[in-house]
Amino acid sequence: MKKTISTTLIYIVLIIVSITMLTPFVWMLLTAFKTTAETMQVDPFVIVPHVWQTQNFGNVIKAVDFVRLYINTLGMIALRIIFAIVTATLSGYAFARLEFKGKNLMFAIVLLQMMVPVQSFVIPQYVMVSKLHLTNTIMGLVFPGLVSAFGTFLMRQAFKQLPRELEEAARLDGCNIPQTFLYIMMPLTRSSMVALGIFTAVFAYKDLMWPMIVCPDNRATTLASALAKMNAQYQQKYPELMMAALISCVPMIVIYIIFQKQFIEGIATSGGKL
Amino acid sequence: MKKKASSRKKSEFIWGWLFILPTMLGLIILNIYPMIDTVRQSFYKTGDFGKGNIFVGLNNYEKVLGDAEVWQALANTVKYAIVEVPLSIVIALLLAVLLNKKLKGRDVFRTILFLPMVVAPAAIAMVWKWLYNSNFGFINNVFHIKVNWISDPKIAIFSIAVIGIWSVIGYNMVLFLAGLQEVPRDYYEAAALDGANGWQQLIHITVPLISPTMFFVLVTRVIGAMQVFDLIYMMIDLNNPAWKKTESLVFLFYKYSFEQSKKGYGATVVVVLLVVILLLTVMQLIVQKKWVHYE
Repeated sequence: MKKTISTTLIYIVLIIVSITMLTPFVWMLLTAFKTTAETMQVDPFVIVPHVWQTQNFGNVIKAVDFVRLYINTLGMIALRIIFAIVTATLSGYAFARLEFKGKNLMFAIVLLQMMVPVQSFVIPQYVMVSKLHLTNTIMGLVFPGLVSAFGTFLMRQAFKQLPRELEEAARLDGCNIPQTFLYIMMPLTRSSMVALGIFTAVFAYKDLMWPMIVCPDNRATTLASALAKMNAQYQQKYPELMMAALISCVPMIVIYIIFQKQFIEGIATSGGKL
Repeated sequence: MKKKASSRKKSEFIWGWLFILPTMLGLIILNIYPMIDTVRQSFYKTGDFGKGNIFVGLNNYEKVLGDAEVWQALANTVKYAIVEVPLSIVIALLLAVLLNKKLKGRDVFRTILFLPMVVAPAAIAMVWKWLYNSNFGFINNVFHIKVNWISDPKIAIFSIAVIGIWSVIGYNMVLFLAGLQEVPRDYYEAAALDGANGWQQLIHITVPLISPTMFFVLVTRVIGAMQVFDLIYMMIDLNNPAWKKTESLVFLFYKYSFEQSKKGYGATVVVVLLVVILLLTVMQLIVQKKWVHYE
């Protein structure tokens, strides 16, 4: 009896919290299909649109080139994932399993990068990007993510957890270091690589300041930075704004719901800084 | 045999450096050099119209420390952090404890709570700005109140902190859930036999045992909250009367460095931020000895 009451209470709390979490998304969806007049009507307050205004979608697509924005954002994400995984897997293995002079000093640099706020890199990074004529390009967006200190740390942990005997056996079989790494060890860290990939994707997708700085051009920028621009331009046209927000987050939400286990576990294991 | 060992050593040295080379080159060019350059720039006044930079010594620092806007931004940032960090940790911990039980639909709740983590803060801020709208907003009209959530200078920063909490509790909760998996079940059974109620179990078993996770979350959340930018940038425009009372340090850095092209002054603000974050982190490392239990 006591147990069912407490279980019921737990459900009530969880349901209230869930409603709080979902309300902003539902409100975004409902507003995206209203007329501007409906959004400005308070007596009675309109919750559900009378007629679902699908032309809002067309209006927003016409005003903002979302296809372009998606290409830029996905291009940046894909390149950052590739760079981060390749460089971090190599360096993570060396830091975890090889002994060489200078290793500790180099690892201290990795840790230092993780502890310093990113803003202290931004001005010189911007100067480099403009000197390389990479402003308003996808490579400009990728630039700060060419290597990953966090990824190095994560992959080092992953390699450390693998049993030593594997390497010994590989060495006795005549594998040299790159062969041991490539054929024996690396395939065993696949789940950490997936975690790093997810983490990199989410981080890049959410970032606002860097794309605003290096890609101010409407056609060259990312979804997040384009939303910031619309936010300043559209002012009170909430149906258009909510439609734009919806267009830029629905695909990510769908991917998240399909792979939610990998997402949540990837981020929980990688912990780190988001 | 000896020869073999030394050739192995040599090959580890060569391959070790080859493997870390891309990462280290990247970190030095993209992070270490920029960090040093940012500190250097904080001693320069950015020249107008490409006239080159002028060395001004500690002048920028004197100006920053005497700049009321910087102090206000620091106060705003701290206010944001003081609300966002503790509340997001406490709420997340309670939710993690509730979800750590065998419940039907546990994964559904977890998925919902984590959802804001995969949405760009730019989109989140746009929706909340609309929810907070004083005339036509959802919150004022559903609860029949009239609050200027983001234009009243007294409360705007706290309204923004609420969005911060809403965005991050799912993430904190997932980290706590991972920590809770490590706590042995029989501790609770023993405590229950001794007559400890749920609250006592939470305070005397759960909290001490996951204190390392709590410490990690606390340190990273403080660092994150001190760097708040996206939400404030999206919520507040120049016409907003609460503008001065919501600007954060990173917002000021962005404004000085990239909107007004005063990179030297912007760099100085970053160095101040760096020092503040460093002090807060060191302080937490000292205090942790009193409350964090490592096994």
